Amino acid sequence: MSRFCLTLCAMQEDASPNLTAKSLACRRGDRLLFKGLSFAIAGGEVLHLTGANGTGKTTLIRTLAGLTTPFAGEVERVGAVGLVDERPALDPDLALGRALAFWHRVDGCSDPSEALAVLGLEPLLEVPVRYLSTGQRKRAGLAALLNRGAPIWLLDEPLSGLDVAAIEQVTALIADHVSGGGIALIASHQTLKIDGLRTLELGEYVPTQEPA
Amino acid sequence: MIGALFKRDLGRFFPFVSAAGGGGAALPVVFFVAVAMLYPFAVGPDANLLARTGGGVVWIAALLAAILPLEKLVAQDIELGTFDQLRLRGVTEEVMMAVRLAAHWLSFGPPLILAAFPSAALLNLDGPTLQLLLLGLLAGTPGLAAIGLIIAALTASLRTGAALSGLLLVPLALPILIFGAGALARQDAASLGFVAAISLLLVAISPFAAGAAIRAAREV
Repeated sequence: MSRFCLTLCAMQEDASPNLTAKSLACRRGDRLLFKGLSFAIAGGEVLHLTGANGTGKTTLIRTLAGLTTPFAGEVERVGAVGLVDERPALDPDLALGRALAFWHRVDGCSDPSEALAVLGLEPLLEVPVRYLSTGQRKRAGLAALLNRGAPIWLLDEPLSGLDVAAIEQVTALIADHVSGGGIALIASHQTLKIDGLRTLELGEYVPTQEPA
Repeated sequence: MIGALFKRDLGRFFPFVSAAGGGGAALPVVFFVAVAMLYPFAVGPDANLLARTGGGVVWIAALLAAILPLEKLVAQDIELGTFDQLRLRGVTEEVMMAVRLAAHWLSFGPPLILAAFPSAALLNLDGPTLQLLLLGLLAGTPGLAAIGLIIAALTASLRTGAALSGLLLVPLALPILIFGAGALARQDAASLGFVAAISLLLVAISPFAAGAAIRAAREV
């Protein structure tokens, strides 16, 4: 991660990042999704979150990010969190360059060009966000993540909609980030080719149905 | 960071200069003038009648114009994930909403006050009435913007939010209308103090109420 937007990375790398979940339980509506989930990820580690549709991968990621409160248990975070999900948070009416520029200003990123080049977004900067394809939007979200320089990456299906070359590129970026001391938690149905990958099967924590 | 946020919000909501065609940001002002223009056609060209009732019509037009931007005020950014991403960057929902309130008012209050001039001419309002009307709008539109923001945040996750928010705004805006239009009927600037007080209270509450509504919307 140190390659992108140096100004901010230098600021945020003073403490080693950490992400811990303690006997976490989450629910959606009235349904308990999973319970008793505990894990710890330290800097330089990458966790692959798997599980069938509806097991609560997205809910877990949002809980880890601190956007929703868990039903039980607690989350401890050391370090800033960068989140990429199916919504890249870019104004659909603006050209991609201008939409991304808002996040660069918010994040204090002075030179976003390298991340844009790595993700192949440079030819698209003049295109309004609403005309971008699913994969292009996903890459735009990843560019905002790179230029933010957050040590903890929470990625919800980062590879969905990407072509073969982009999948390789993004996998390499994640490996880079982790080897630079960052944390990555990736919810994905695809197989990830990253060294030292741990896997967490969320289905194992789904409570057995009790008779009503 | 707050500056960047304010600039973005203003760019999205300010009429005529908004990026990519404005997305209907000029609509409230156009609507406001259109009501003032239609009224003489509806009641006939009786100059005295227009002068007597015109001020009230302008107030009703302002209230209805306040409903128009509500649909896009909050719901779109919840859908886009903008508020989530800002939260991860340490911006609280209250700050987001305070910034949005300022941008929303700037994009709707001052343009409406400017549009009151042609409206007053169309409705044959005299100088003192226009003066009271302008002062009243200056005092009242922040309150209307604050009510609008609270309602937009509360109804953002509802499917029928747009229609509902219009219905909700009308009764809540009633005190502003009573004192604002009442000042015109009595030619009495004192009741504009009430309008300003109500506005101040609403402006103070709305970032907290709207911020709590956005947090609650995440937990569904």
